[in-house]
Amino acid sequence: MCAQLLRGALRSRRAPGELWRQLYQVGNRSLLFVMVTLGFLGMVLVFQTCLQINRVTGDLSQVGAEFIKILVHEFGPSLTALMLATRVGAGIAAEVGSMVVTEQVDALRMCGVQPVEYLLVPRFLASLLMTLLLTVFGVCSAIGLGSLTAYQTFHVSFGVFVDFSKLLPGDVLTAVLKCLAYGAAIPTVAGYCGFRTQGGSEGVGWATTRAVVASSLAVIVLDFLISALALLTWQRG
Amino acid sequence: MTRVAAAALELVLSGVRALGSLALRLCREAGGMVMLLGYVLSSLFRGRVDGRQLMVSLYKTGWVSVPIVALTALFTGGIMVIQSGIFVRRFQAYGLLGWGAGFAVFREVGPVLIGLMFSGRVGANNAAELGTMVVTEQVDGLRSLAIDPIPFLIVPRVLAMMVAMFCLLLLGDVIAVLGGMVFGKLLLGVEFSSFLISLLDNVKLWDLLVGLIKGVFFGFSIALTSCHFGLSVKGGAVGVGRAVNDAVVAAALTIMISDDILTLVLR
Repeated sequence: MCAQLLRGALRSRRAPGELWRQLYQVGNRSLLFVMVTLGFLGMVLVFQTCLQINRVTGDLSQVGAEFIKILVHEFGPSLTALMLATRVGAGIAAEVGSMVVTEQVDALRMCGVQPVEYLLVPRFLASLLMTLLLTVFGVCSAIGLGSLTAYQTFHVSFGVFVDFSKLLPGDVLTAVLKCLAYGAAIPTVAGYCGFRTQGGSEGVGWATTRAVVASSLAVIVLDFLISALALLTWQRG
Repeated sequence: MTRVAAAALELVLSGVRALGSLALRLCREAGGMVMLLGYVLSSLFRGRVDGRQLMVSLYKTGWVSVPIVALTALFTGGIMVIQSGIFVRRFQAYGLLGWGAGFAVFREVGPVLIGLMFSGRVGANNAAELGTMVVTEQVDGLRSLAIDPIPFLIVPRVLAMMVAMFCLLLLGDVIAVLGGMVFGKLLLGVEFSSFLISLLDNVKLWDLLVGLIKGVFFGFSIALTSCHFGLSVKGGAVGVGRAVNDAVVAAALTIMISDDILTLVLR
């Protein structure tokens, strides 16, 4: 399935309008959702970390720098991808599943159109690009609300909190790798679940459920693998 | 010039229109959920719960999601060990690994990640099931047999999801600690005993309890969102797919927001 997608993406024989539509669907319509959830995540993380550090040392000057580091290479990409897995993954499976059930996919095949290429390649490309962009927006939102929390409850000034000095190129590399891996995995897994839909509306429900579970699990497993790889190679020390 | 001004006005107006429809939709869905909550509470206080349905729901929400929760917890433990490992190695403080990983998993990452997986597995499934019942007019059938669908269908699910989240979170915490121990040994060379000692010395029972309380709340909000979106399905297979999608998105939003509020309340 992934091979079929990659081949289709490389062959680039598709309507550009569909790609724009999918970019809008995946990107713009998830933007608010991702920013709200990541913003709340930033608030919680800053609150928990400050509480712990107050208990141990009381030196809050390093919280911002460490928070931004861990946000960029771990929580930002992974939580954005989990949100996209529920938002976009479920959407793809529901849409493709309904098309399978109402025999629109068979109709496509009868017209000599490869359904995987026609339906999934635009979604695949859109998700690949938009996971990266949405992660950037999500991280910005988390940093913004996180610094607000630090200022409000722990009186850490914005200048001390927003400190990118701990952010190494290796962290950004990890983040980009994770985003690309998640962006490729979500539509592939969700599309696979959608195409395997059987039965009527009950089948669509089942396919959507399976897509959400499988793509979330794929995100968590990929997160673990890439983090372990990064720890053992370029984030050493 | 006037054409540019008209286009700009149109753009602004379309933005306002989008914002307005978003707000209206938010109010409608939130209001629907509050109504549902009222019905659930009133039939709960009158003690009208179908016992057999409760057992079925417990099996369907709890037992079925054990493998997925176990797998998630295992990898969550591994991820948190890796993330604390970066700090631990910088300060050569291997004795703090158990504390860092354990605290993060018990209090924050465990409930949120397991809640999201639970919402994907059980919440989505529940919305799909109820949606299918609505589409195929089984709910109307129940009503015509003088069976109130709220105590028969909804209340058992809400109760079952709260109980199931509590038990699954306990299981998940245990598995995450085991996974953290194994991956800590494999990736960082921290002995099992030093991991466990630092965990038991520094993590209090209260940290575990905060996570469990969060889990029960998440189970409740997942149940409410999925039942609401399942019951308000309109139009065949497409409607069911859309309802499942909406239910999962709403559950993820409520999980993140209630996580924030609970963290502030339960220090």
